[in-house]
Amino acid sequence: MNEAEIARFLYREARLLDDKRWEEWFALLSEDALYWVPLSRGQSDGEEHTSLAYEDRLLLRLRIERLRRDPPSQQPPSFSQHVLQAPEAAQVGDGAWRARTPFSYAEAKGDAMLILYGVATHDLIAAGGGLLIRRKRVDLLNCDAALPSVQLFL
Amino acid sequence: MGRYTDDPAAIRALVRDREVHRDVYLDPDIFAIEMRRLWAKTWVFVGHTSQIPEPGDFYTCSIGAEPVMMVRQTDGSVRVLRNRCAHKGAKLVGVTSGKVGRFFRCPYHAWSYRIDGSLAAVPLRDGYAGSGFDGCDAARGLSPVQAHDYRGFVFARLSAEGPGFAEYFGASLSSIDYMVDRSPAGEMVIAGGVLRYLHDSNWKMFVENLNDTMHPMAAHASSAGTAKQLWADQPKDTPKPMAIEQLVPFAEGYEFFDKMGVRVFDNGHSYSGVHFSIHSAYAAVPEYEAAMVAAHGAERAKDVLGTVRHNTVYYPSLTIKGAIQTIRVIRPIAVDRTLIESWSFRLTGAPPAIFRRNVTYNRLINSPLSVVGHDDQACYRMVQEGLAGGGNEWVSLHRDFAAGEGGDMTVNGTSEISMRNQFRAWVNMMAPEAA
Ligand code: FES
Ligand SMILES: [Fe+2]
Repeated sequence: MNEAEIARFLYREARLLDDKRWEEWFALLSEDALYWVPLSRGQSDGEEHTSLAYEDRLLLRLRIERLRRDPPSQQPPSFSQHVLQAPEAAQVGDGAWRARTPFSYAEAKGDAMLILYGVATHDLIAAGGGLLIRRKRVDLLNCDAALPSVQLFL
Repeated sequence: MGRYTDDPAAIRALVRDREVHRDVYLDPDIFAIEMRRLWAKTWVFVGHTSQIPEPGDFYTCSIGAEPVMMVRQTDGSVRVLRNRCAHKGAKLVGVTSGKVGRFFRCPYHAWSYRIDGSLAAVPLRDGYAGSGFDGCDAARGLSPVQAHDYRGFVFARLSAEGPGFAEYFGASLSSIDYMVDRSPAGEMVIAGGVLRYLHDSNWKMFVENLNDTMHPMAAHASSAGTAKQLWADQPKDTPKPMAIEQLVPFAEGYEFFDKMGVRVFDNGHSYSGVHFSIHSAYAAVPEYEAAMVAAHGAERAKDVLGTVRHNTVYYPSLTIKGAIQTIRVIRPIAVDRTLIESWSFRLTGAPPAIFRRNVTYNRLINSPLSVVGHDDQACYRMVQEGLAGGGNEWVSLHRDFAAGEGGDMTVNGTSEISMRNQFRAWVNMMAPEAA
């Protein structure tokens, strides 16, 4: 697996999210996957420090199922757009890579649009000839700011 | 200046026994009057003493539009001061929290203040000789604010006039007692960061919703209802995750919430979950229970752990969840803009599992990324937008109304009494001269 292949994987991940292809995105997660959006800069723990999100497959499944049910907060629906900088990736173990991807993220809803910036750190593992996401950590530039609802996936 | 300024009778006319006029949520003039009459004259939550453990430690925030700070004094007491330089009015401290040595020093012209707020030094003092400076407000330093520390909860009243602390909160303070006494050491420490969620709706919608027990089964069907279904689909022997334990009770039915009960107090305060709540069925932590019995004795420990109130509203600025040691602080910004800050507490002497539970709950419910939060916030916004519609300009709060209700009373949990109670207090503060 080289940096270009990892970059392709991450571009596809963002594309699946923006296209709302939730099931295909969910299939990219390992069994022990974690989606983590820290609340503080350089936060090292999500158990004894609050996070904006700290979610395993069950909670991510809940998000997806909820979005399918047309919840009140999706009138009008939200749409997202990730814009990724080229990821920097390095092998960190046998069949394990870590990628660092600065990004901008827009979430549009009716006439309103929220724009966020940050850095995503993916821990990826080799599986069945491809990759799976073991951990996706999203450090927002303004993680400690007062934020409105962020309803889709960063 | 708008149509409600200097017109107490018009303000009073906005609140009926069981209805309120939409202008209480929509009118910018009403919002400005609220800041002067309600938020300035009542006891508003500033922070917790654990945020400023040492002399010189400070924490800043605002009460309405006014910047204030609480500062730990050398004698251990806490003072609340206006965060406004006495010279030309610069905000003295620009960070949320920190520590000063002996003095606060203004970055603009270097006036300095002792930590009690008194003016310590002004550059080239000679230039003030004979200017009349010594007798003026500026020479007195930072304007202090009335403050009261109740078991670590620091409240402030901006105005020199207004009700006393004990008179204002009365017996509702028992919710703070029950929260603090959940620590075997009788002490709590704010920890784990603060969630800051911006709402594009009027502050009162949030406060009213806290004891609105008719909304979860509808508004949270897509989050809690889905969680319940996901859990039902799991194999029988799957260990119950904490998230499921916390989310699923939001999907309880009307009967559950009705039987919970709600209790109201004078001045707008209330709590639901008089008899039990959505926090009652959490897994036992035997190590914690043993520590509680050792510290408080079996009887008091049973009383404290058996008291699982849902939300207590300390009108207008604070809502607390004693059973899960989280609080939500209301910071109004504009008539249709409100910041909600949610904090977690670590109970001194309790095992880490208890704090992890609080942190999880706070994140699942109060984060700007929370699906439960999205449900609530969407509903507030719909009200904010829907009320613009004319025809009927009144909001119905009729549910379980009883003539002569008020004072300290407990009724069925799905009554809208807590909202009527808030508006009784609201109108008394907003238009006392038109009573
Ligand atoms: S404004 Fe603070 S010293 Fe002048
Ligand atoms: Fe709710």
